[in-house]
Amino acid sequence: MAMSRAAAATGAVTRRRLGATAARSMASWFGHVEPAAKDPILGVTEAFLADPSPDKVNVGVGAYRDDNGKPVVLDCVREAERRITGNMNMEYLPMGGSIKMIEESLKLAYGEDSQFIKDKRIAAVQALSGTGACRLFADFQKRFLPDSHIYIPTPTWANHHNIWRDAQVPQRTFTYYHPESRGLDFSGLMDDIKNAPDGSFFLLHACAHNPTGVDPSEEQWREISHQFKVKNHFPFFDMAYQGFASGDPERDAKAIRIFLEDGHQIGCAQSYAKNMGLYGQRAGCLSILCDDEMQAVAVKSQLQQIARPMYSNPPVHGALIVSTILGDPELKTLWLKEVKGMADRIIGMRKALKQNLEKLGSPMSWEHITNQIGMFCYSGMTPEQVDRLTNEFHIYMTRNGRISMAGVTTGNVAYLANAIHECHAVII
Amino acid sequence: MPSANVRGAQPSADRRLSTLVRHLLPSSARTATTTTTTSAADSLEAFPTMASPSSVFAGLAQAPEDPILGVTVAYNKDPSPMKVNLGVGAYRTEEGKPLVLNVVRRAEQMLINNPSRVKEYLPITGLADFNKLSAKLIFGAESPAIQENRVATVQCLSGTGSLRVGGEFLARHYHERTIYIPQPTWGNHPKVFTLAGLTVRSYRYYDPATRGLDFQGLLEDLSSAPSGAIVLLHACAHNPTGVDPTLDQWEQIRQLMRSKSLLPFFDSAYQGFASGSLDKDAQSVRMFVADGGELLMAQSYAKNMGLYGERVGALSIVCGSADVAVRVESQLKLVIRPMYSNPPIHGASIVATILKDSAMFDEWTLELKGMADRIISMRQQLFDALKTRETPGDWSHIIKQIGMFTFTGLNSDQVAFMRQEYHIYMTSDGRISMAGLSARTIPHLADAIHAAVTKLK
Repeated sequence: MAMSRAAAATGAVTRRRLGATAARSMASWFGHVEPAAKDPILGVTEAFLADPSPDKVNVGVGAYRDDNGKPVVLDCVREAERRITGNMNMEYLPMGGSIKMIEESLKLAYGEDSQFIKDKRIAAVQALSGTGACRLFADFQKRFLPDSHIYIPTPTWANHHNIWRDAQVPQRTFTYYHPESRGLDFSGLMDDIKNAPDGSFFLLHACAHNPTGVDPSEEQWREISHQFKVKNHFPFFDMAYQGFASGDPERDAKAIRIFLEDGHQIGCAQSYAKNMGLYGQRAGCLSILCDDEMQAVAVKSQLQQIARPMYSNPPVHGALIVSTILGDPELKTLWLKEVKGMADRIIGMRKALKQNLEKLGSPMSWEHITNQIGMFCYSGMTPEQVDRLTNEFHIYMTRNGRISMAGVTTGNVAYLANAIHECHAVII
Repeated sequence: MPSANVRGAQPSADRRLSTLVRHLLPSSARTATTTTTTSAADSLEAFPTMASPSSVFAGLAQAPEDPILGVTVAYNKDPSPMKVNLGVGAYRTEEGKPLVLNVVRRAEQMLINNPSRVKEYLPITGLADFNKLSAKLIFGAESPAIQENRVATVQCLSGTGSLRVGGEFLARHYHERTIYIPQPTWGNHPKVFTLAGLTVRSYRYYDPATRGLDFQGLLEDLSSAPSGAIVLLHACAHNPTGVDPTLDQWEQIRQLMRSKSLLPFFDSAYQGFASGSLDKDAQSVRMFVADGGELLMAQSYAKNMGLYGERVGALSIVCGSADVAVRVESQLKLVIRPMYSNPPIHGASIVATILKDSAMFDEWTLELKGMADRIISMRQQLFDALKTRETPGDWSHIIKQIGMFTFTGLNSDQVAFMRQEYHIYMTSDGRISMAGLSARTIPHLADAIHAAVTKLK
């Protein structure tokens, strides 16, 4: 790679010397640049949009749709925007972001009455949604614990690998999904936790694991937490679906609360992309529980030093929406109702998809559709089956067989079930 | 005691307990450290609910205050009614208030009321309309680079984000890893490029003796740069000095750079804000594009549209061919995706709304000129006030420099004096934000400068 770059450079230098100052030929310093592979998830929607078929179904990207297949702006968000627009200036936020938004985010993740909040032990900054929060943490981990690794579950959201790779933190994986049962490989998971060197860093999905939808039970979380204590592992929670999984934000934060009770000093990435429908606003929060207030101040200051040369300070609009909603009891109540509504619709679609498949006389077990939780269902379909689904039935999903349940509606669930059944029927 | 399995935490947990013990013991016992702490520590057990092993980040030090943002922090703490904030570069009205442009308010209202607006993620590269319009704004709608599809543009988080993404791209795909930045430059530049993976060196720029451009020094330093090195150029209204090359000087810089194959990386944070004319402030950039060569361009709408906190900007890479531009764009996505996935939608939507509507565009140019004119007027008034006071020194640089900032030439002692005695806040390099001034506060500032210059050298 280096050789060809150098060769390209030499060639380009030669070309450039011929007429250095005049407008002329189109030699390029970047002629050697390869076209990058398409993002596996976002590429699906691109292909869907390009498809002219009236039957097409998009169960690819994880963005919520209502029962008409339409994207949704929550009423609480509309109202918050009405209040904000025209009333605020657009000055820079501090490097660490909106204080109010951070306060509300910590209450959501750590509990309204969390002693850690009262003791000011949590270092927290506003981040660019979940991605930005994970990236800040990964860069922070690299800077202050340069010899550490990150353990990432198999499988996980594809971008997790990109984030820690670009932060130059070496990755290892740990067992998570059990393909045969389409559930959790709990014993494999516990073995990997035990076998990892003491003090390892682990990435955990707080709820609604992406892409599998498979979450540990409460008992299993307790065991995991206990083993983490024995091994002194660092738990980093990525929580992108609080409220969206069960419909109850407190319930969805259970894993985090268990770890906090057990004395772990966690890190946590929070996103409002799905649970408030704020996708493009890039609203999120990164927090790290520290020994004491002084350390929290120090850690926050260092997180800011990472943000400053990346984007200086985070965007204000999404933060204002979040703090307006969570800071107003009426709007917060409305939000809780709406997030439950979204979660309930998805739970309803899970039931409907399972029932439809069973009605078609499918010999396989489809229990996993309703056992899994959150936006995604790991169907167990192979890439070849997925391709067939796309090419014959115009159904779009990622090739790992992940179905975004948010894209399922009462209008398309039968069609989807039929297509899945057909694809399974052939391959026996 | 905390679990013995803890790697690395045992010593610091002990340390913390020792410190705690020392504070709890009567003062006479504190001198005898070793034996006392050992026995006392034994009697102090970590409660089960206490944070047991101490944090893995226990040894971490607090970062120093950001020098620019720290000025506002100090200003806010000052109770004096006479205080003036000339620190951070955000525009202020004559009344000292932040300003949201009328046209921005209208665009926002239109967005909120628009039922068909995008509700979800933008693509990784951002809002397509915004990207096209931004490229046209800086390069000119008739630009051959645009006509020939040779420009890859991605929406980024204001100027900072555009610089960082561009720097990361270069560190991965360009054959030279050194970037030359002007001396002085915006304080965040070196950090942005270092973290992007580039090596930062500087070229001479500001001449303290003339308070103008050290053109000879600039040419010498760029001449001795290795072939292919990247060079950061402020498109207009250099930050912090306000000193810009003339068009003739820009042409000389261009020729030198192209003859040495130096890669230009423009930072345009003040287009329209400097002279009041969007086209005039883009001349340096367009000169380089016109010769058919490649360059990078970081664009910010923070100041010229007053969108500061919305973080709106764009990175454009002018490439040798359309084919290269397509591949370059695909690689830019790989930089962005693991950083924040896709950029924030609100500010870019406002910009696109304004730029694509000719009436709103015209209204914007008027409001922009209004801001630039007020700053130019502040420069004149400050210069006149110092002349009236017969303040020693040549203060013509105040009206020669351009843009939001003036590099006063005051030294850090004089700056500290002005803060203490006159409650005037500026960065310690003597940079003042003209936008923070008004007809009301200029006499106070002139008095302060006069006092500082006559009392301290």
